[in-house]
Amino acid sequence: MNDQAQLLPGTLDLLILRAVSIGPLHGYGILLRIGQISGNALLIEQGALYPGLFRLVRQGLLKASWGTSENNRRAKFYELTTAGRKRLREETANWNRLVAAIGSALSAQPEEI
Amino acid sequence: MRLIDSLRVRIAALFHRSELNAEIEEELRSHIQHRADDLERSGLNHAEAERRARIEFGGHEKFKEESREALGGTLIETTFQDVRFSLRRLRKSPGFTAVAVVTLALGIGANAVVFSAINAFLLHPLKLSQEESLYAVWRANVTSSESYPDYLELRDRNRSFESLAAYSVAMGALDMGENPSRAWGNYVSGNYFDALGIRPYLGRLIHASDERGPNSAPFVVLSYACWHNKFQDDRGVMGRKVLLNKQPFTIIGVVPPEFHGTLLFFNPDFYLPMVNQEQTDGVNVLNARENKWVFMVMGHLKAGVTQAQAIADLNSIGSDLQKNYPKYDGNMKFSLARPGLYGDYLGRPIRAFLGGLMLLAGLILLAACANLGSLFAARAADRSRELALRVALGASRIRLLRQLFTEALLISLMGGAVGVWGSIVLLTWLSAWNPFPRWPVGVTVTPEANVYGVALLLTLASGFLFGAVPVRQILRTDPYGVIKSGSTRPVGLRIPLRDLLLVAQIAICAVLVTASFVAVRGLLRSLHSNFGFEPRNAILADTDLSLGAYRGDQVPEVQKRILEALETIPGVESVGLSDWTPLGQDADSKDDLIFDNEAADLRQGKETFRADMFKISPQYFRAAGTAMLLGRTFTWHDDSSAPRVAVINPEFARRIFGSVTGAMGQYFKMREGARIQVVGVAENGKYDHLTEDPKPAAYLPILQSPTGETWLLIRSGRDPQQLAASIRAKLRDVDAGLPFIIETWYEGLDTAFFGPRLATQTLGVMGVMGALLSITGIFGMAAYSVSKRKKELGIRMALGARRKEVLQAALGRAVKLLAFGSAGGLLLGILASRVLALIVFQATPRDPMVLAAAVLAMALVGLLATWIPALRALSIDPIQLLREE
Repeated sequence: MNDQAQLLPGTLDLLILRAVSIGPLHGYGILLRIGQISGNALLIEQGALYPGLFRLVRQGLLKASWGTSENNRRAKFYELTTAGRKRLREETANWNRLVAAIGSALSAQPEEI
Repeated sequence: MRLIDSLRVRIAALFHRSELNAEIEEELRSHIQHRADDLERSGLNHAEAERRARIEFGGHEKFKEESREALGGTLIETTFQDVRFSLRRLRKSPGFTAVAVVTLALGIGANAVVFSAINAFLLHPLKLSQEESLYAVWRANVTSSESYPDYLELRDRNRSFESLAAYSVAMGALDMGENPSRAWGNYVSGNYFDALGIRPYLGRLIHASDERGPNSAPFVVLSYACWHNKFQDDRGVMGRKVLLNKQPFTIIGVVPPEFHGTLLFFNPDFYLPMVNQEQTDGVNVLNARENKWVFMVMGHLKAGVTQAQAIADLNSIGSDLQKNYPKYDGNMKFSLARPGLYGDYLGRPIRAFLGGLMLLAGLILLAACANLGSLFAARAADRSRELALRVALGASRIRLLRQLFTEALLISLMGGAVGVWGSIVLLTWLSAWNPFPRWPVGVTVTPEANVYGVALLLTLASGFLFGAVPVRQILRTDPYGVIKSGSTRPVGLRIPLRDLLLVAQIAICAVLVTASFVAVRGLLRSLHSNFGFEPRNAILADTDLSLGAYRGDQVPEVQKRILEALETIPGVESVGLSDWTPLGQDADSKDDLIFDNEAADLRQGKETFRADMFKISPQYFRAAGTAMLLGRTFTWHDDSSAPRVAVINPEFARRIFGSVTGAMGQYFKMREGARIQVVGVAENGKYDHLTEDPKPAAYLPILQSPTGETWLLIRSGRDPQQLAASIRAKLRDVDAGLPFIIETWYEGLDTAFFGPRLATQTLGVMGVMGALLSITGIFGMAAYSVSKRKKELGIRMALGARRKEVLQAALGRAVKLLAFGSAGGLLLGILASRVLALIVFQATPRDPMVLAAAVLAMALVGLLATWIPALRALSIDPIQLLREE
């Protein structure tokens, strides 16, 4: 538990988009998928997922429809819209730039300056 | 595209609120069930799996709320919720709501009234189009009066004004066939209405083309009010003839209802062409260059002409006139001023008065906000447990604040609505109010859109102001601390500024209460003091014989006939006649120069003193109830062929002859030079003002100084109404066309009592307002301290404290502030009464009744304000309190 990392603010949306980009998922499924693709390294409060999901729906990045889950229960499934797919590409590129910049800043050696 | 989507979702959210809530609920539940399924699969039993799933999910309600917010549409929704919730809470505490609404209504109402007055008097006094370019021509900053020939020269020779119009004041007996009545009007130049841009409401108005020499335009234009009241809205009166001072005039039109002439507060009944002045006045002054009877000359400046250019233009005409007519036209330097307020003459006092009122109204509103602030703080303190619980359950502080502000704004909007409604009622009443029915005085103030706008702004601003007081309290709310201990922090660390404000309010209230009691007592006493005449059992009837077109020798003849007729009324003890009555309408304008017997230079400035002069009939002293001290009164033989005689008062005797007894048979002179012998002395009296020091006065026989001004004094013990009817009948027998005003002598003193009465009423109103504010202030503070110390009081009670001790602990501070403020206020009030004594006769604070009443009133204020908090403090049930906390 303690080796899980706190989520940086604003990154939950990106994770949701990424999780859904692989295929339509319901809320609990998204959580499982994030755990799976991140190697269970991130700490996400379960309920906190939903305000994020609804925000993305409101922004038109996700669309939702009711369906039946693998457990044979009613659940709401989310998938990416075109805008969502575009946003995911942009955000991923941004994130990579940021990580590269911060990484190089942190690993810089005194003699390189 | 995204915008539309987002809008759609928001709108859907708004309209399908319950569906949406159910959907969110279902989705969250589905999540928990999926998790529980997983946990069950990993080996937990069903119930345990569900429990774990719920715990892992976290704050269910909180996420639901956040989800709703994330979906949008919640701003309106939560506002609705807040409003509903606030209304429910306000309904539960009607006492608080009423106090808060009344307090704010007072503040907003006062401001709305004052702003309406400013709007009506200073911003648009005449309600004319393009009022900003309308100027009156002023002469040397002193007067606006001109002679008619001078007006014509100014009108025809200036190049700065569109059209220079003029008006003057006219008074006449308006006779429409029966019951002639006195009416006031304006003589207007032919171009008057066209220059001001007034369109007729009915018929036509007077035009410049009507002026074809003296008495060429026997037309009259009526005011809307006159047409409405005296002609019952009859459209058929156009073209009909009416008599003005017994001269025929044809009604040609009616001006629109919103036009009340061009002098604020003076609302003429009719408008006559200036060229017909001789017809009503009996003398022609159209060519008299020395007679400056044209009251005001005014016009719109031409586009592009500056004030300085216009003044230069007028001055060049002026210096020409000065050269041509050096005898009449002295220093002809002109200036421009606003016509509606008669330049600075009315303008300055009104501006000062309204400025003072505005300040006062602002202070009232601020005090109201301060008091409401402490009331709201008390309420927030009462709710501290509830608020803490809500914070603990995940409500954001912003959300709580929004709710509090919703409540504050609701209160302020209700208060504002009540206040504006009250101000409209007050202004309607004020517009119909005429303190001097004899004159066409009117104060027309109608609240307009900008007034409502200002009231709304003030309302919202004050809502935020007093709503903000408990903000710190809420932001500080520490949920765990409050729930554990029941109270946020120790008592007693109140902001002293608020206490200071409260003391100041109480002190001002006490000043006003004391001063109004002093004024009331003074007024009551002065009604029954000795004026040097006896207003009880006397009736006045007055007219001016010029209204009946009587001239010269006809005047004393008619006066004698009237006196004889009235003496035949059964029950009448005596009938006297004078050209004015002491403390009456014409007081202040009836003094004349007195010279001693040896004086040779009889010019103004060389007089021995000025004395009030009465021109009276022989029976005057009996009818007035003025005692003769020495000598004789007049007879009808003291006429123009007999030697001039006078009766004087002791003050007159003392000043010119040194003693009363030495005055008998002595002589004095007046301006016209005749020696006048003193034949009697009558007691001193009050003549011009109730508060004046003894003034010299003299009485002259009416036959030796004839005048048409006729005041009849009828002394009788009969019922005034019946008597008035018989008097009217007798007067009609003498001349049915002569308008009389009949009133009791007490009514005749209304002018003299107007100032003191108004001062007393104003002080009374302000005293009540001050008391209301003090009550809400003390109430708020006491309620707050009881709420905060509830627990402490409960423990004290549990430990055996008596009711008295509980009350002392709960309200001691409030009572102390009240006592402190009241004492200070009483002292100040007593000091202020010295000023009051200048207006109200016999106002003295050294009166045990007044002091007792003021102390009693302040005690009552305290009792009212602390009643509910005291009941609450006493009703604390320690057992319940201990269980709760």
